Amino acid sequence: MSRTISIEPVTRIEGHARITLQLADTGEVEDAKFHLTQFRGFEKFCEGRPYREMPALTARTCGICPVSHLLASNKACDDLLAVTIPPTAEKLRRVMNLAQLVQSHALSFFHLSSPDLLLGWDSDPATRNIFGVMRQDPELAKSGIRLRQIGQSIIETLGGKKIHPTWVVPGGVNEPLPEDKRDVMLAMLPEGLRIAKDTYAFFKNLVPKFKDEASHFGTAPTMFLSLVTPKGNLEHYDGLLRIKDAQGRIVEDMVPPRDYRRIIGEAVEDFSYMKFPYYKPQGYPRGIYRVGPLARLNNAEACGTPFADVALAEFRTLQDDTGPVTSSFHYHYARLVEIIYALEAMQRLLKGEDILDKRVRARARGNRYEGIGVAEAPRGTLMHHYKIDDEGLIDWVDLIIATGHNNLAMNRSIKEVADAYVEGNNLQEGMLNRVEAVIRCYDPCLSCASHAFGQMPLAIELKDASGQVVDRLVRE
Amino acid sequence: MPRTPPATQVRVVTLTIDGQALSAREDETIIEVCRENKIPIPSLCWMDGLSIVGACRLCVVEMAGSPRLSAACSTRVAEGMQITTNSERLQRYRRTLVEMLFAERNHVCSVCVSNGHCELQWLAQTCGVDHVRMPYRNHAYDVDSSHEMFRVDHNRCVLCTRCVRVCDEIEGAHTWDVMGRGSDCKVITDLARPWGDSDTCTSCGKCVQVCPTGALVKQGTSVGEMVKDQQFLPILARRRHIR
Repeated sequence: MSRTISIEPVTRIEGHARITLQLADTGEVEDAKFHLTQFRGFEKFCEGRPYREMPALTARTCGICPVSHLLASNKACDDLLAVTIPPTAEKLRRVMNLAQLVQSHALSFFHLSSPDLLLGWDSDPATRNIFGVMRQDPELAKSGIRLRQIGQSIIETLGGKKIHPTWVVPGGVNEPLPEDKRDVMLAMLPEGLRIAKDTYAFFKNLVPKFKDEASHFGTAPTMFLSLVTPKGNLEHYDGLLRIKDAQGRIVEDMVPPRDYRRIIGEAVEDFSYMKFPYYKPQGYPRGIYRVGPLARLNNAEACGTPFADVALAEFRTLQDDTGPVTSSFHYHYARLVEIIYALEAMQRLLKGEDILDKRVRARARGNRYEGIGVAEAPRGTLMHHYKIDDEGLIDWVDLIIATGHNNLAMNRSIKEVADAYVEGNNLQEGMLNRVEAVIRCYDPCLSCASHAFGQMPLAIELKDASGQVVDRLVRE
Repeated sequence: MPRTPPATQVRVVTLTIDGQALSAREDETIIEVCRENKIPIPSLCWMDGLSIVGACRLCVVEMAGSPRLSAACSTRVAEGMQITTNSERLQRYRRTLVEMLFAERNHVCSVCVSNGHCELQWLAQTCGVDHVRMPYRNHAYDVDSSHEMFRVDHNRCVLCTRCVRVCDEIEGAHTWDVMGRGSDCKVITDLARPWGDSDTCTSCGKCVQVCPTGALVKQGTSVGEMVKDQQFLPILARRRHIR
């Protein structure tokens, strides 16, 4: 008799989702699906609005990474204006993007995932949350909160608001950076870097403990997509698209973001509101790839900052062979490397001579009918694509959100973890937590609005083929 | 109510507003006396320098001896008047009026170019509108972006008709008018032609400056960047009257 296990909602992720595991008569996992259960509709309701509203409108997609949407959207608008923004404006935008990377990665690592890593997958779900971490290791919890605060404070210093700043505008930014604000930001960075390095050292020693999880958490071969600099180094704001395969061979390189539709296709499935992007030349669903910190580090030749490059070299040793690091478990590791990179890169940018330059905005009208903006959000490559009419009103929108790129991979990963850990005839909470935990590795941002850490109720039901509940686990 | 030029010889009357004994010229309206004496009364359609339509009803006040509420903008002062500008009943009515404005069209402050510089937003704060108790109509209205310099977003329009009056009374072009009835009313240019095709519009921008919300804005502005300058209006209006 086949049965279905439903994990709803999936906790400690951003947004609302459900996981279903289909069990065979023998109790083995036959199929696993990750369902996005909420619908937003941004691509539709933005139609008819002036394109200059798009950065603020689309930033409302997310409360965690509004800066990513703000930047991708403004880049699409820059493309509509057909302008090159002033170099200082680009650098200031980069600083804001890196600050966002720090705060979002800190949220993912410390607030959402560290309870699993520190307290254990099978620990009591009532305490398996950030408060449990505070009790077990108050210094680590405080460090995480402080690191996130530093990222958020830099965003606020630049944009006036921690969430949904409107400082970035089509053509650049709307105000230059005053010297006192630059100094405030520079003063925060050494502390952030110290925390990041300490946490990295702590986690590096912890990783061997998770050898089993690392070998089952999304190790199936996929390609990796990210932006890289023209030299092939780590890039978060601009650059060109690169795809590597599971063996580390470059499949696509130096693809201008404007050509993304040549390589990326979008499929839909009836069980989820999330799109299933795929690598077009290989078709759907064979063209599976991953994005985000793991993909970025796998694709980059180097980070370009001193300590991050050391950490990158150590990251590469996580894989036994010389290929890319394939386990999705190592997204956590990659996040810590990127936090270090972001803090070092911000220091470099803010110490630059022209960062206080007053020329920070290019002004123009819509000069193209089509604009494409691509940036690296904390969770991966984010694509905004708009078409406008003669009056500058939006005709058509396509948004490919970072989490969407990982959709196929997340579905495959939960199947892999469920195969390894879930025994349908003896359901244990810890088994299902591992299924959730593999999703947390990807740090999905589903509605980008909900931030529950282990306190949302979780009901797992075993049903027979007729829908009859035969077993039930409830976490209040 | 047309705006009357100040007469050379007028009587002075005495009245009480919120218990405060005041004197005023008899050709002044209650709202003018309140403004002179820094007594806050919310208003939307009223604007110093334009004729008075008394449409928004936000400036309603209570008058001793009258069961009806009176619009402060369209009621002249009189000897012995006793006026209350801020009772619990008035607060309730004003809040409801502002909520109805929000429910009628699509005022999404967070993405509006006038965010932070909007009179409707300020009124909502003043009147304690922390949420809207009636269902939103959610009707989609047009955006006319055909003009080279300006844009009209009917989603943000509150039909105060300031644009209609300033264009007619100050600029003398009478490009703007109101079309339709009830909630289907909308401001139009040149018998409902696209603004960019208007033969009468002089592109002076006065309508944009007097618009209290993000309905009429400059092209090229992003969220929160549309700051309006309305200082010109009373100066222009007085100079016209003097001439």
